[in-house]
Amino acid sequence: MSSSRLDRFDIYINGVGGQGIGMLSELIVRAIDHSGQVVRGADTHGLAQRGGMVVSHIRKGKDTYSPLIGKKNAQLAVSLERHEAMRAIAEQQLEEGGVLIYYDAVWQPLGVRLGNTPQLSNNDLEDAAERCNLMLIRVFQEDLPDARMQNVILLAEIAARVLVPGVSLEHYERAMEDLMEGALLERNSKLFRSHVRRQSGDN
Amino acid sequence: MKRLEEMLLTREAGSEIMIGNTAVVRAMIESGVKVVTSYPGSPTPEIAQAIMSVPADRNPLHFQFSVNEKVATEVAFGASINGHLSCVFFKSVGLNVASDTFVQLSLMELIGGMVVMIGDDPGANSSQNEQDNRHYALMSYTPVFEPSTPQEAYAMFKEATRISKEMKMPIILRLTTHVCHAKERVAFGTWSPEETDSKSRFDVDNGPYIPITSVSLKMKRRALEKLESFRDYSEDSALNRIVDNHSNKGIISSGTAFLSLMDCVLEMDEKPDILKLGITNPLPKELIESFLRNHSEVKVLEELDQVIEQQVKSLAYDRRTKTRIIGKEHIDDFIGEYLPDKVREIISRTWPGTVEPSHEAPSSVEIPARPAQMCPGCGHRSAFFAVKSALKKIDITVADIGCYTLGAFEPYNLGQVLLCMGHCSGTGSGLSLFNDERRVVAFIGDSTLFHAGLPGIINAVYNNHKMTLIVMENGTTAMTGHQDHPGSGSSVRGPATKISIRKLLDALGVAFIKEVDTYQQTKLKKLVEDALGFDGFSVVIARHPCMLKFTREQRRKLKTMPKPVRVGSKCDRRYVCVKRFACPTFQRGEDGSVWVQEDLCIGDRSCMQTCPVDAIIPSE
Repeated sequence: MSSSRLDRFDIYINGVGGQGIGMLSELIVRAIDHSGQVVRGADTHGLAQRGGMVVSHIRKGKDTYSPLIGKKNAQLAVSLERHEAMRAIAEQQLEEGGVLIYYDAVWQPLGVRLGNTPQLSNNDLEDAAERCNLMLIRVFQEDLPDARMQNVILLAEIAARVLVPGVSLEHYERAMEDLMEGALLERNSKLFRSHVRRQSGDN
Repeated sequence: MKRLEEMLLTREAGSEIMIGNTAVVRAMIESGVKVVTSYPGSPTPEIAQAIMSVPADRNPLHFQFSVNEKVATEVAFGASINGHLSCVFFKSVGLNVASDTFVQLSLMELIGGMVVMIGDDPGANSSQNEQDNRHYALMSYTPVFEPSTPQEAYAMFKEATRISKEMKMPIILRLTTHVCHAKERVAFGTWSPEETDSKSRFDVDNGPYIPITSVSLKMKRRALEKLESFRDYSEDSALNRIVDNHSNKGIISSGTAFLSLMDCVLEMDEKPDILKLGITNPLPKELIESFLRNHSEVKVLEELDQVIEQQVKSLAYDRRTKTRIIGKEHIDDFIGEYLPDKVREIISRTWPGTVEPSHEAPSSVEIPARPAQMCPGCGHRSAFFAVKSALKKIDITVADIGCYTLGAFEPYNLGQVLLCMGHCSGTGSGLSLFNDERRVVAFIGDSTLFHAGLPGIINAVYNNHKMTLIVMENGTTAMTGHQDHPGSGSSVRGPATKISIRKLLDALGVAFIKEVDTYQQTKLKKLVEDALGFDGFSVVIARHPCMLKFTREQRRKLKTMPKPVRVGSKCDRRYVCVKRFACPTFQRGEDGSVWVQEDLCIGDRSCMQTCPVDAIIPSE
């Protein structure tokens, strides 16, 4: 059986420790679950809290066993930081024609801060995505009150563009209700909805 | 919002999205486990987090963080021989610490039952090696259950407690990193709380419990007999199963390697049969013999060492089977996790043409590494910055295990050798012998000091070794997620006796002890210089609370956070803040300027003293 006929959709998520990747990943997992589809995944967070890389794997569909995705298997990659978006490309996580959506935050890796290597630009990313035949989506919101909400902005973009097949706005909102409450839920739901509206208006 | 506590304590059967580490806690509760002990270590800390989501007064599990894995095992053992079902859990290398106690367990009649849950770490994701703990199972005659998924981890835990109680023997539940952290919808059963049972059932007539001379040989015989009857159980257990694809080729596999294999097999036109072993010690000999006889070729696909392979080959020799058995063929086959790509590569090498090798092509894109590092405001960073200025290039620095291990990397490079928890005073002492030129400085954290650091310190005092130990005291077990320890003044059950490291060292007879907050860099530097000049074993306690923990607690209390610092006009681009102090807050602009990433800065101001021109200033 060729892999394209299998019922699977793989999502690779990465970023820097402290950016809220665990929450973003859990929201997507639960949204898929609410949509009635099979989902599994795993976070890899050995030294995550210390500003190192954090990676999360999500696998949707019946034809999946390992919680971890093979190389060039993901249809969607989600990065919370510009350099980490490039890392998703460099590590060949996406299949050809896959979608890479990233939040354009910059948390310089050590080599950049030590002056050994230049900071990456958005142009560098665009060039690399084109060379590797990937669709690149940059997300950034100027007036965001708190950096810890960048993950919800990305979630809203994923939801509005229906980047995960079969998962709708309602499923994402139910996932948020599973994991948050009170003022936090209110704040994040409001942000989620307003960003979805803004995004839908853009198109 | 869904609450972990509600899911863990519901009487009803149900299902929920959860990681393996949470699934085993529901299984503990349903199984009636009474006592659970641990020392924190990846990949298992979330087990403790799940247990602690239920307040102690309504928690059916009596849980504790013990001072180390050996003591944790002893506490669980004591509970079991007193008639109470117990469980101890820890990370892979924790079994080395526990081993002196652990290898005796199978000799004992564990009347309450006891499960030893190990978080092995193939790939060394968060450990100093990727040791295969199945070797310990073989040497101690202990059965091993080995789940592939959170659902299996849940089910196998329950089965392990049932068998352990029935046969009064220890059972290992061997989790690995990506079983612990794998996430899926797990179905669980009902829970009927048992009445409080404070009855002591310890009775020497259940023993013997004193394994000396010839008695220990009788106890060994009993352990071996139990293991053989467990093997009979294993022969018929549904935990070992065959995936039948009607092939003359077969594969024997287990754990997460089995999952990677199933992904690979999906893409194969001619699918091999698979014998999936959920029990990897002792092996079901009859089942394996019949699998061998039904196939012309059998591949043993096994992560880490040849534990299954060697036993299968030995069995094949004894039973005179003709099957070709293919085991490990390269050194690479012994190294790293059996992720989907690796398994695909191995299968395509074993049976060329049956599956494409890995999809990966040489990469044309370069990207700077992002190593883990100390958090903004971390007291260890201040300490390393100051200590480095007190040292000469030729001096020797010894690392230990904790967040401060990160001092070994750029740009501090403090810590040149590391073995295991608590090694630094011993190793440092050895380095100080026949060495008149190079001073020896070792670093140890507070939790590590209590865990395994004391014997090395006592030895250094007793044998008068000339070296300096810097105690990096941050009041918590930070690296694994801020668990309490004997010096933090609190435990799982609230306030606890706080053991003072200063008083402890005093009582041990350490003649030179100085204390300082690490943000006082000038003073710290001076104290380290004094310590290095002391003729004997000297200690500097470099103290600052973990700022990640502190900041989170402040945010939770909804306190206003201090404003970030900024780089003022005095900056003449010497880059001390970015290159040498290296708080991740400081970033380089394309024009060579330095700017502050405000998402990261916690406003601690420990950086201000490091700027030679006072260009780092508080925000207005």
